[in-house]
Amino acid sequence: MSDNLAKASRHVSFLRGRERWKSAEIAFWLTLVGVYFVFPSSLVFASQILITGLFALSLDMILGYAGIVTLGHAAFFGIGAYTAGLMAAHGWHDPFLGLLVAGVTAGIAGYLCSFLLSKGGDLTRLMITLGIGLLLYEVVNSATKYTGGVDGLQGVEIGKLFGVFGFDLYGKTAYIYVLIISFLLFVFTRSMMNSPYGLALRSIRENQTRALAIGIPISACLTNIYSIAAVIAGIAGALLTQTTQFVGIDVLSFQRSADLLLILIIGGTATMYGGFVGAVVFLLAQNWLSNLNPQYWQFFLGILLIVMTLYLRGGILGGFSRLVNLFRHWRNKEHS
Amino acid sequence: MHSFLGVLFDGLAYGALLFVISVGLSITLGLMGFNNLAHGVFAMAGGYLLVTLISKAGIGFLPALPIVFCVVALGSLVLERTLYRPLYKSTPLNQVLLSVGIIFVATAGVNYLWGPGQQPVVIPEWLSGQYAVLGLDLSRYRLFLMVIVAAITLALVFGLERTRFGAKIRASVDNQRTAESMGIRVDRVFQLTFALGSGLAGLGGALGVDVLGLDPNFAIKYLVYFLLVVVVGGPGSVFGTLLAALLLGVADIAGKYYVPQLGAFIIYAAMIILLLLFPHGLLGRRKSR
Repeated sequence: MSDNLAKASRHVSFLRGRERWKSAEIAFWLTLVGVYFVFPSSLVFASQILITGLFALSLDMILGYAGIVTLGHAAFFGIGAYTAGLMAAHGWHDPFLGLLVAGVTAGIAGYLCSFLLSKGGDLTRLMITLGIGLLLYEVVNSATKYTGGVDGLQGVEIGKLFGVFGFDLYGKTAYIYVLIISFLLFVFTRSMMNSPYGLALRSIRENQTRALAIGIPISACLTNIYSIAAVIAGIAGALLTQTTQFVGIDVLSFQRSADLLLILIIGGTATMYGGFVGAVVFLLAQNWLSNLNPQYWQFFLGILLIVMTLYLRGGILGGFSRLVNLFRHWRNKEHS
Repeated sequence: MHSFLGVLFDGLAYGALLFVISVGLSITLGLMGFNNLAHGVFAMAGGYLLVTLISKAGIGFLPALPIVFCVVALGSLVLERTLYRPLYKSTPLNQVLLSVGIIFVATAGVNYLWGPGQQPVVIPEWLSGQYAVLGLDLSRYRLFLMVIVAAITLALVFGLERTRFGAKIRASVDNQRTAESMGIRVDRVFQLTFALGSGLAGLGGALGVDVLGLDPNFAIKYLVYFLLVVVVGGPGSVFGTLLAALLLGVADIAGKYYVPQLGAFIIYAAMIILLLLFPHGLLGRRKSR
């Protein structure tokens, strides 16, 4: 009896330990708050990085944790962006309502799409996600009357937050707004991924047959996580619409899905922070290299991808944790 | 009625081209299960090589074709050795990332060397113009395409079904481990098949400059088409690939001709539906590993 109790308490303390906030994590979020005071002139760019990071987090849930390779995740980002944009253009100016409806719409779309993913192997899944993304792009492209087609959706007006804080030209309100929403969603995702449910997802990624054998309902788990990831992607899309007051058709493009995948890979999958770190590095490098020459950027990105897949698995955070382990190992040796 | 036959003819020629480009991908995918999204890069390389050979080196259209085939095949061998080989046993994600990287490098490189515009190709006089058959104007070039593709298909089927090397390929696709234990060097077989398939893709890209167009975004623009042909046809099946390519070609041309306002919508919708109905391809065999 007491044996079982001891075992149970060990499991509980294991889960608690995963859930504890580490000092590096607290420092990360404090740095983001600090950005507001240190770089007041580039807050618009900073909010775009945050939004991309949030979007990458949603991809991390299905790619890093559940192991579904997708090339069409921009579909949900785009659904969120257009939902928020269309609402704002037709008289519902409240930003929070926009976020809510965008998230729900994207979530429903994700829920429906998840059933298409239950069939076939990896390549079939890849093609279906790719197809859904391209299909949506074509739909928005041809429905010029409602979406503005390639010219983008005009006339998006966003109301004041709580009726008090208006969105200004320098993106001050926008940055704080994006930061708070991102943080809340991050806390939600973090606690979910550290729960037994998150562990179940990881076991599906590692070995489907064994996961099934220990009683994990695989298809239900995948449907869940795909819908939740779609909700977060939709909210990220809505944030982009609200902070830029515009929706371009490129929110749905293949390039966005591919870039997102690269951001997550560069940052490191299944690390929670990989998406944010990747977004910072990717967007800064893109900004710098594209100014020199757009072709350089694509060339560099391609080389980076090839080198990373061949030699540097795990991305920046993966490499970083390897360095830390090496350092610890070395210090332990010194002591003994 | 006439317009329908015309659409059918154009669609078949288009499908034939898709077949030549994709068949290599189908066999390599069936053989190694390598998710190679960069197959279109070989086709693009073939197209640019042909354009350069004709305009810079002054070589004729017909003699340039075998040169394109050989150069692309040899080039792909180098890539196979250095980039693809380390990732055969890796996860699909890594394979996808590697091939996306190759696409990016190729696109940027081509853009840098040849510029972003469409590349023109001069087709010899005896191939341009039209034949009037039963009141229907058939483009000579497209007829030529179909003849070449029919010849390639016959050669492929003969090679796969009747030669020793073909038997080795079929054995390796069906069951890699058993084939290995029978003394077939699967990696060698794969290497040769990869080179052959890439060479064919290069040839297809060269033949297709006039029909598909050629610009730096070629590999991304047609990525979906090549993958679709392979996935719908069932990886590793030549007939399945042919059937899928012809179906897709006719469907795409018919869609663009009759309902142009829908754009590429039809092809993507058809793709999702076909994949849901036949997750293993139209004529795909289930693999036993």
